[in-house]
Amino acid sequence: MKTRRDFIKISAAGAGAATLGLSSLSWNGVNKLYASGDQESVSDEEMTAHSTYCEVCFWKCAGWTYVDKKGSIRKIIGNQEDPHCNGRLCPRGTGGVGMYTDEDRLKTPLIRETVNGKQGFRKASWEEALDLVASKMKGVSDKYGPEAFALFNHGSPGSHFKHLFHAYGSGNEGEPAWAQCRGPREVGFGATFGSWIGSPEPTDIRDTKCLVLIGAHLGENMHNGQVQEMSTAIDRGATIITVDPRLSTAASKSKYWLPIKPATDIALLLSWIHVLIYEELYDKDYIEKYAVGFEQLKEHVKNNTPEWAYGITTINPDLIRKTAREMAAASPATIVHPGRHVAWYGDDSQRERAIAILNALLGSWGRRGGFYFKEAISVPKFPHPKYPHHKWDWKDNLDGKYPLSAMGITQELLKASIPEYGYKHQIKSWIVAGTNLPLTIPNKELFQMAAESVDFIAVVDTMPMDITGYADVILPECTYLERYDYIRSAPHREPSIALRAPAVKPKYDTKPSWWIAKQLGERLGLGEYYKYDDIEEVLEWQLKKMGTSLAEMKKIGVKKFPRKSGGLYLLPNEDYHFNTSTGKIELYSFEFLDHGFDPMPNFTEHPQPEEGFYRLIYGRAPMHTFSRTSNNPNLADLMDENSVWVNPKVADIWELKNGQEVWLQNQDGVVSTFPIKVRVTERIRWDSVYMVHGFGNSNKKLKRAYGRGASDSELITNVMIDPQMGGTGMRGNFVTFIKEKPEEEVKS
Amino acid sequence: MRYAMAIDTKKCVGCGDCVVACQTENNVPIGYCRDWIVENVAGSYPNVEVELRSERCNHCDNSPCVRCCPTGASHIVEGGIVKVTHDECIGCGACIQSCPYDARYSHPEGYVDKCTFCDHRLAKGQTTACVAVCPTSCLYFGDLEDPNSDVSKALKNRSWKVLAPEAGTKPQLYFLT
Repeated sequence: MKTRRDFIKISAAGAGAATLGLSSLSWNGVNKLYASGDQESVSDEEMTAHSTYCEVCFWKCAGWTYVDKKGSIRKIIGNQEDPHCNGRLCPRGTGGVGMYTDEDRLKTPLIRETVNGKQGFRKASWEEALDLVASKMKGVSDKYGPEAFALFNHGSPGSHFKHLFHAYGSGNEGEPAWAQCRGPREVGFGATFGSWIGSPEPTDIRDTKCLVLIGAHLGENMHNGQVQEMSTAIDRGATIITVDPRLSTAASKSKYWLPIKPATDIALLLSWIHVLIYEELYDKDYIEKYAVGFEQLKEHVKNNTPEWAYGITTINPDLIRKTAREMAAASPATIVHPGRHVAWYGDDSQRERAIAILNALLGSWGRRGGFYFKEAISVPKFPHPKYPHHKWDWKDNLDGKYPLSAMGITQELLKASIPEYGYKHQIKSWIVAGTNLPLTIPNKELFQMAAESVDFIAVVDTMPMDITGYADVILPECTYLERYDYIRSAPHREPSIALRAPAVKPKYDTKPSWWIAKQLGERLGLGEYYKYDDIEEVLEWQLKKMGTSLAEMKKIGVKKFPRKSGGLYLLPNEDYHFNTSTGKIELYSFEFLDHGFDPMPNFTEHPQPEEGFYRLIYGRAPMHTFSRTSNNPNLADLMDENSVWVNPKVADIWELKNGQEVWLQNQDGVVSTFPIKVRVTERIRWDSVYMVHGFGNSNKKLKRAYGRGASDSELITNVMIDPQMGGTGMRGNFVTFIKEKPEEEVKS
Repeated sequence: MRYAMAIDTKKCVGCGDCVVACQTENNVPIGYCRDWIVENVAGSYPNVEVELRSERCNHCDNSPCVRCCPTGASHIVEGGIVKVTHDECIGCGACIQSCPYDARYSHPEGYVDKCTFCDHRLAKGQTTACVAVCPTSCLYFGDLEDPNSDVSKALKNRSWKVLAPEAGTKPQLYFLT
């Protein structure tokens, strides 16, 4: 068995391999920003402001990067005109400067090599690294066809590599945003309203009178615009109802906290639907005019009384009725929030259907204080030849499974990379751009097998993450503050665009993704797809077509455009065509039925933890984005490790103290690589524990993040797949505590 | 003129943006801060309450840090802002000990540092960096003597508390409850 990509082994090999590796490049770790001795503030007028939009998360807030006369980035401030942030960045956006100053950044191209049987990385020139990647792409294309090269991506770099892959002839791309995150809600809402939720969510929170959050922890997931609007809603006296086994920050601001027994949400949703229908609280005119399947739904939920749900959810029936009535009283200005990371239990598309149906009964879709009709402006495509036809893609490996998946399923691409799975079409090599797969995709064993099976991996990133430890070639990308990317155009109340322009030259020997992809394309003879020298030409061409220019956008950063698709909300009695098979809101989904799925959601029981085990719930902290910020000097300063939340009763049984380090072991015997500190708190049920995702990084090059806290991802080995769209339900894992350091497993 | 700040604990999500914005605005070294977040949990499951607060120097009317400073480095400027003149500070730390709010820290370059209410920004008609950045707009700043200032308006219709009133320092951070 090949072990050359066994990341842990490379690290564990100690000084020998490490010296050959990144640390041989002798960076001195001085951060000029705060080692300068220059402690005085600099006024805004003495600095130059450069337009950008943030890349620390997917919300992509527009802002200004302030650079002082010495050429140092001093701060990043939100753009007042930007609907995503309204001039106020979140802590990650404000701390985005740390993405640039982080002394642990990747600094030069690196190529894996073996010297005297020991593996490490050696420095390489861009020429050599790009030649190598291009030759691998050519080799795969000649031998297996370009389809055998897969792309894993996230964020802005992804768009440059998608263009490259399409030109090259591969449609095999996947991003964790789908199967690990928000795919189920797009499928659930798509089947009901004929429209995806998308990003940013078209939730009209600022004008809502009742906001219902189901596991969505706004304020901890710092989705900027939504958090801002939740605050406005609080000011305006909106009722917040939060369903969560943990007293999240949002729950602590709620009129009602429903500390539900985990994995029973669909039962609660069905009982709410039951109350709305059988107490005749639903929006009758709206349902009559816009929806189909009401009678079937009424019959379907006949027995789903609050008393029925009580035994399942542990939520008091009176509370279920009371909250349903509050929702109805506020309707249509009620939002039952679809959530964002919703890949929980494998029946997630159906749970999202139940949420969508609830919103339909409340008449909130297309209504003020509910969901508005979003609109984006399309950015003209810079001319290039037609993309070649690819002979197969990820869908062709599925034999009809996951028929509603609209985007590549990451774990299926991994399986196609492993010959033992016997997939019809095999993946031979990868480019991974901007996504830390080992801490993102559950079931690390699957990832490791796949990584060891493929012939070649190139990783594009700004930081030495866990994923870079598996690379054959590392292409160091400069940060978003040092580069152009494509125009940001995202749906909102008003269409808008935002420009990202470099504030400073790339530090070290790093390059922007657009340049890296173009260089590869040209080496592959795809120059026709890159008929420009600099991306500025592309941006200028696009912006001119949109009635502005690069020069203007550099001055204003964000430009808004008038809506063309009609109003934000339905007019009274307006005829409206929903993009479903019936043109109506489908309470009864014909799309689901056609594919052999339950046309209306059902509650199915999920396993509960055995004695001594606790359900592992994970979530977000407002100052971090997954693992990508864990080493950011500014943000690690706010939070440099996660903790495991334990109810005091459980802590008593286990004799756990606040701050005590424990290792977590899951139901399959997997033990966390690193210990995690206990936080004893009343804010969580006794059948669950909670930790923030993104910690427990294994790459020693991350000086601030290595071994800090534990990784939830590695404890997620039980994955429940959503049959509609391939989502990886990750909340069916149970952990117990190990109080003494476990003996290290010696691999033979 | 009397500068003061109100912090709406009903809106604060404890994200720490005020801390980072202060650090980048005022070049506060990593590892130190002029403002910070406090989370208070009360009650027991499932009847639990959480209060989140963004805290900083209270710019007290009766400020023990100024009184105890042996060199006069700690002083009060217009609007009641408590400041430290770095050049005059010998880093003795008496002020740090005297502060009931733990609002001061020893800067690695040898002097004591703290929140200035961003007076360099106030001079230009801007508000403080933390107020300007706060995603939940839970911070209100201004002149208490001006009934139309944000802070006066915020205090008008809400109940509020101050921290450690027993210390008698007449603090000027008001926490809306």
